[in-house]
Amino acid sequence: MSTEILMPALSPTMTEGNLTKWLVKEGQEIKAGDVIAEIETDKATMEVETVDEGFIEKLLYKEGDNNIPVNKPIALISAAKNSSTQKMDQNIEDSSKIENQEKVEIKENKPISENANTDLNKDQITMRQAIRDTIAEEMRKDKKVFILGEEVAEYQGAYKVTQGLLDEFGKKRVIDTPISEHGFTGLAVGAAFKGLFPIVEFMTFNFSMQAIDQIINSAAKTLYMSGGQINCPIVFRGPNGAAAQVAAQHSQDFSSWYAHVPGLKVIAPSTPLNAKGLLREAIRDQNPVIFLENEILYGLKGKVSSDINFTIPFGKANIAKEGKDTTIVTYSIMLHKSLEAAKILKDKHNLDIEVIDLQSLRPLDSETIIKSVKKTNRVVIVEESWPFASVGSEIVNIVQKNAFDYLDAPIIKVNSADVPMPYSSELEKLYLPQVDDIVKAVKEVNYI
Amino acid sequence: MKKLLKADHLKIFSYMLKIRRFEERSAQLYGMGYIGGFCHLYIGQEAVVVGVLMTIKKNDSVVTTYRDHGHMIARGLDPKKIMAELTGRIDGYSAGKGGSMHMFSKENNFYGGHGIVGAQVPIGTGIAFTHKYNGDKNICRTYIGDGAMNNGQVFEAFNLAALWELPVLYIIENNKYGMGTAVDRAAAGTHLYKRGEAFGIKGEIVDGMNVYSVIKAATKAGEYVRSGKGPYILEVQTYRYRGHSMSDPAKYRSKDELEEYKNSDPIEIVREEILKKKLATKNDLDNLNKEIIEEIKSAVDFALESKFPPSEELYTDVYI
Repeated sequence: MSTEILMPALSPTMTEGNLTKWLVKEGQEIKAGDVIAEIETDKATMEVETVDEGFIEKLLYKEGDNNIPVNKPIALISAAKNSSTQKMDQNIEDSSKIENQEKVEIKENKPISENANTDLNKDQITMRQAIRDTIAEEMRKDKKVFILGEEVAEYQGAYKVTQGLLDEFGKKRVIDTPISEHGFTGLAVGAAFKGLFPIVEFMTFNFSMQAIDQIINSAAKTLYMSGGQINCPIVFRGPNGAAAQVAAQHSQDFSSWYAHVPGLKVIAPSTPLNAKGLLREAIRDQNPVIFLENEILYGLKGKVSSDINFTIPFGKANIAKEGKDTTIVTYSIMLHKSLEAAKILKDKHNLDIEVIDLQSLRPLDSETIIKSVKKTNRVVIVEESWPFASVGSEIVNIVQKNAFDYLDAPIIKVNSADVPMPYSSELEKLYLPQVDDIVKAVKEVNYI
Repeated sequence: MKKLLKADHLKIFSYMLKIRRFEERSAQLYGMGYIGGFCHLYIGQEAVVVGVLMTIKKNDSVVTTYRDHGHMIARGLDPKKIMAELTGRIDGYSAGKGGSMHMFSKENNFYGGHGIVGAQVPIGTGIAFTHKYNGDKNICRTYIGDGAMNNGQVFEAFNLAALWELPVLYIIENNKYGMGTAVDRAAAGTHLYKRGEAFGIKGEIVDGMNVYSVIKAATKAGEYVRSGKGPYILEVQTYRYRGHSMSDPAKYRSKDELEEYKNSDPIEIVREEILKKKLATKNDLDNLNKEIIEEIKSAVDFALESKFPPSEELYTDVYI
C-alpha cells in the first residue's frame, strides 16, 4: 500500500504552493527527515522533509508546477521497491477539490493623476507584486527613497513583498534592521526630518505598537510643533489585521488607532490596482503615511496600470459597485466580503447594493458617503476592526450629522467581535465579520 | 585641539552669560504668567553646550531634549524668537505652537526640542544616518539627559549607530537627577557612558562644570565621529541650579550640595581665566554683562509686543 506525501501548509496563510525542485527520484529509498523537495510558499521557498520511510513510487508533479493546493498529494511512497502506480492518477483528481471562490467584479478606480496612462496591463499581478513594483519604481526614480525593516533585505521580506529589492538597490537602500521597532522607527523619523524618504516596513502592524510613540509624538506632530519648518515624509507599511490563526497578539486591526491622529494620513488598499496608485501617492507625499496592507490579500490578483506615474489621490473613495437600495461603506479586505454579500442580496432579495471602498481613512471622503446615503437612505458599515470607537463609528457620526433626514433606518456597523482574537479556526471565523453577517445587517436596515 | 584665542574666550564667556541671563529672565516671566506650561531651565549647565558649540561646524546637526533654551542660544538661534515662542507668540520659532519644550530651526540644523524622554536619541541617530547616506561628512550631536539613559529606545539607537557606524556623537548631560530621582536611585551602574561599551561604543567622563574640559573632550570626540569610526559617547557631569522645572522646589537634594556646585560656577571659571590671562579687564566683562542684559531685555520686549497667533493658525501646519 502506498503512502501519500501531501503538499504541506508552510505558512499561516498558504493555500497553494509551487514545486520548485525535487531532491529525490522515483525508485529512490528515503528515510524520515530526508529533504525531498523545495516548495515555494506565499512567503518563502522552503525545504520539505519526509516523515514516512520507504521508496519513492511516483512523483505526481513536475518541477516548476505551480499553484498546487495544500493537502494535495505530490508524491507516493511504497514500502517495497516495485509497487504499482495504477489508480493513483484518479486518486489525485478526487482530492483536488478546492473551494474556488467566485470572483466578484470590482468597479475599479479610473487613474486620476494627470498624464497617467489609463490602460491597464493585460496580465494580472498579485497585490504583493503590485506593492513591490511600486516601491522599486519609486526607488528607481528618487535616490532619497529607501526601505528598512526586519527581514526586508536578505530574507527577501517576511511576506516576500520586498523580494529582489536588495539585488537591485543594494544594502545601502534596502536595510535589514534588528528587532528594534522603537529604535529603527525613530531613526527613520530622524532621517525623514533631515530630508530622506524612508519606507518603514513593519513585519506586521502589531509590532508598530512598540514604536507608536515615535509615530505619533515625533512623526505626526513635529510639523505642527515646529511651526511648519520640519516635515516628515515617511511611509509606515506592512500587513494589518488578521491573517489566519495567528491569534490575539498578531491579529489586530489598527485603522482607528492611526486614523485618530491629526498629522498622519491613513490608507487601506483593497486591490492590486489601488495598492499601486495609493502607495505611489504615499511615497511621494510630504507627510507621514500609515499604509495598512492585508496579509490575506497579498495573493489577490488583478490588473494594474502600467503607468509609473499612476497615482490615486488620498481622500477619494472608490464606488466599487453602484446601487440604489443600500450603501455599504467598507475598506481593505472587507470590500471583498461586502461585494460577495451584495451579490447574494441581489440574487436572493433583489436588493441593489452600493459598495463604497474608502481606500483612504484619513483624509476621509465624507462627500461620497453622504451623497450615496442620500440616494439609498440606508447604510451598513463593514470593517475588520473592533467595534468600539472604530473608523465606522466616526462615519456614523458624519452620516447622522449630514444626512439625518435621509435615513430610513438606523445605521448598522458590522465589526469583529469585541474580544481578543482567538486561535481556534472555528472561533476565528466567529470573531471576524462574515458574508452572512453583512447580508443579515443589510436585510435588517431594509426591514426584511 | 587648537589653541583658544582671545576672541574664543570672550565668545565662550558671552554665550554662557547670555544663556544664564536669558534663563533668569525666563524664570521671571514664568512667575509673571507670560510663560506657561512646563519650563526647564539650563542654569548651571552652560559649560556643556557652550563647550560643545566651540567644536561644531555649520552644517552639523543638533538634537536635544526639552531643556533646550540654552542649546538654541548656543546653536545661534535668535533670543528674540526663542522668547517669543516661550510666551506663545506668532513670532516664535514655532509660531507659538511648540513652546519651551518643542523648538526647532531647520536653517540652523537644530532639530528640537523633544518632549518625550529618550525619543530624541533614535531621531538624532536617524539624522546621523542621513549624513552618512548623503556622504556629506557632517555629524549629528545628540544630547541625552541622565534620566533617558534608562529608557529602552536609547539602547536600540546605540545598537543601530554602532552596527551601521553612524556619525553621531552622544552627549549625556548628567545633571545628577532625572526629575527628582538621583542617578544612583535610577541607574544600576552610575557610569552612564559605560552603557555604550556593550555595543563597542567608546566613551568617557567629562567635567561639565569646566568649559575648557568640555571643549577638549568634544573636540577629540567630534573628530573621532567625523572620521567615520562610528558613534562616541561623552558623559558630561554637570548640575542644574534650579529644580527640574519651574514647579519643582528641589527638596530631594541638600542646600549644601547646591552651594558646593555654585562655588565652582562654570561662568566664574571662565571669568577668572580671562582675567588671569589678561584678555579683558573686569570692567570690560561688566560692560559685556550689561550689554547682554540689554539684549535679553529687548528680546523680552520683542516677545511681549509680538501678537498671539491668530485663530486660523490653529489649523495650519498639520499637513504640508
